[in-house]
Amino acid sequence: MKNSSNERRVISVIVLNESSVLARITALFAGRGYNIESLTVAPIPESDMSHITIATNGSAKVMEQITKQLHKLIPVYKVIEHEEMVEKEMVLAKFPIAEHLSDIGALCAAYNGGIVNVGREMIIAMVADEPQRIKHFIEASQRYNPSEIVRGGVVAIER
Amino acid sequence: MQMSGAQMVCEAIIAEGVTTVFGYPGGAIMHVYDEVYKQNGFEHILNRHEQASVHAADGYARATGEVGVAMVTSGPGFTNAVTGLATAYMDSIPIVVISGQVPSQLIGTDGFQEIDAVGISRPCTKHNFLVRSLEELPRLLKEAFYIARSGRPGPVLIDIPKDITVDIGEFVYPDTVNIPSYKPTYVGNKRQIEKAVEAIKKAKKPLLYIGGGVVLSNASDLVRELAKKTQIPAVETLMARGVLGAKNPLLLGMLGMHGNYASNMAMSETDLVISLGARFDDRVTGKLSEFAKYADIIHVDIDASNIGKIVDVDYPIVGDITEVVEAMMPQLDGIDTDRYEAWRSILKRYDELHPQSFVDSDEVIKPQWAIERIGELVGENAIITSDVGQHQMWAAQHFPFDRPRQWINSGGLGTMGFGFPAALGVKKAFPEKTVINITGDGSILMNMQELVTAAEYKIPVINMILNNHFLGMVRQWQTFFYEKRYAETDLSFQPNWKALAEACGGIGYDVTTKEEFDAAIKDAIAQDKVCFMNVIINRFEDVLPMVPSGGALFNMMLPQKVDKTKETK
Ligand SMILES: Cc1ncc(C[n+]2csc(CCOP(=O)(O)OP(=O)(O)O)c2C)c(N)n1
Ligand SMILES: [Mg+2]
Repeated sequence: MKNSSNERRVISVIVLNESSVLARITALFAGRGYNIESLTVAPIPESDMSHITIATNGSAKVMEQITKQLHKLIPVYKVIEHEEMVEKEMVLAKFPIAEHLSDIGALCAAYNGGIVNVGREMIIAMVADEPQRIKHFIEASQRYNPSEIVRGGVVAIER
Repeated sequence: MQMSGAQMVCEAIIAEGVTTVFGYPGGAIMHVYDEVYKQNGFEHILNRHEQASVHAADGYARATGEVGVAMVTSGPGFTNAVTGLATAYMDSIPIVVISGQVPSQLIGTDGFQEIDAVGISRPCTKHNFLVRSLEELPRLLKEAFYIARSGRPGPVLIDIPKDITVDIGEFVYPDTVNIPSYKPTYVGNKRQIEKAVEAIKKAKKPLLYIGGGVVLSNASDLVRELAKKTQIPAVETLMARGVLGAKNPLLLGMLGMHGNYASNMAMSETDLVISLGARFDDRVTGKLSEFAKYADIIHVDIDASNIGKIVDVDYPIVGDITEVVEAMMPQLDGIDTDRYEAWRSILKRYDELHPQSFVDSDEVIKPQWAIERIGELVGENAIITSDVGQHQMWAAQHFPFDRPRQWINSGGLGTMGFGFPAALGVKKAFPEKTVINITGDGSILMNMQELVTAAEYKIPVINMILNNHFLGMVRQWQTFFYEKRYAETDLSFQPNWKALAEACGGIGYDVTTKEEFDAAIKDAIAQDKVCFMNVIINRFEDVLPMVPSGGALFNMMLPQKVDKTKETK
């Protein structure tokens, strides 16, 4: 049941830590034709569970199916479809040493980040911000000729 | 108690009360087979193909409602079992398949007969496990059975590396299961149930839409009571045949692509669909925008993901059919059943207008006649399995099923080759019943090696081949939608069925007349041996009514009331 009115959604999935749980989730998305925009996984401190954050898109009906299908997986403990949440994404970017250190520093500061490493040939910067703002940061950073950009994927937490 | 992993597998099977296991040995599972040899808690049947083992375990599960078990080796043994897993998955059948795997240290090295069994079976099992250590084996065995039978049932695969079957450790089979992330919902939401009952009381043209979930929930008696109490007419899906019983005055018949006129019209005109354990399959709904167009929908299902998947639902109730209907019953006390009288009489008129019918012939056996005849000759004592094709639909339309679990077929996946091995599982569970596989000349060949199994273990099932010398169902579509271009469906070249059965230790019958038919059935029952009954039927008989794929349910091609036996291409 796919229809056009796509909306972006972030879903948190709390799962039991077992070896194939991530494979089950990605196979579910692939097999049923759902999109994954980004996916992050990390263990939840002091528990035997992990927190998976999936940014996806689809119609309301598809979203409902995604949550229900996820919930059906045996090792899935909880599925949270975020309504009110704080979303952040981290990005690392590498710039040539020839670029202006202080300009890059100022740009990163505007996006909750800064310079994290300066070597003989390159500058490494980190920012962490809302996914929409991350897009802007990446656009803005282009004028400093980044040689590499690595996005961390979205993490979210309910307000 | 100290024992090997292999022994733990056998102990778990015994503890679960499984009496018959179906399987096929090989390198990776040999240790388990060594323990199968030593024990006497269950019988093992050696099928002649792993697919058949899984279908047999599936048939056993469908007939009894208990978990069926199959065992296979790694690599090709496992891949042969995949169709069986998928078949059980689509129809929510509780089975546990135990597969051998290469030793732990070889996993990931492309070892001999290594294949990623959990990877391959992920989309066609309810759950699967690759066992990582001997310590977790008892718990995983317990969980496998528990997951298979609880909630919405389904197949579970447990893949055991060979070294784990060899290792020795402490065995305590757990009494209980605790999977914090798996808690099926059985009891329906009280408020939703009340609202649904109110809707039933307000409706003018309600319709019970009964699916296979009612069988799985063992709720047939309850649903019969519900129908009786409310006097609401009912339709059954392919998977629910037998729930209400053929003689039930409220049962209109089967709905869907090959549903009868009254059932499909009822669904098209109802103002309230009461869906119990059905999942709005496309073979049932036809064109969605026309499906139950004037109705509100109550949807009761134990699997929340079924609700709202295909159609928008007004009264969603997640829960076990038994629990939900039990909760509804007292609230329906004193319901005004006259309210639906006008509706019932409309439907009665529809049924009189176009009853489920066929034109019989004296020259050639009509498949519908053959099926109705088994009903007369064996009736209640029969359990019918089937393959996939026209014969399956004729069986579903014409056999007088009078109880659940009397009709066993692959509905969701539509697996040709299912019927014969499934019949073996059924017969092992119910030796006193006459088990008949209604099959086609195409389907039966897909697991015909089971003749040998049936003969060896003396499992006397009757394979009634409704022989149209065609892949009939595909041929029917070619006739209607491909201008009679019969691409690769002509099965004029045939084996000698009688000789084939005899070569494998069974009996064969060639049947071309009604007299021969009766005689063959009687003889087959008396002989108590596996048989092939080759019943030559009218080649070009079609399954009707038919809703062309994607068409609205009310647009049915109806049977012509003329004799079409003389038709040729
Ligand atoms: C394993 C498998 N392959 C192909 C099909 C597609 N298919 C559905 S019905 C059918 C024809 C079955 O022929 P037969 O068993 O002779 O039954 P009939 O329709 O003639 O009664 C085929 C090929 C299927 N359902 N299953
Ligand atoms: Mg045929």
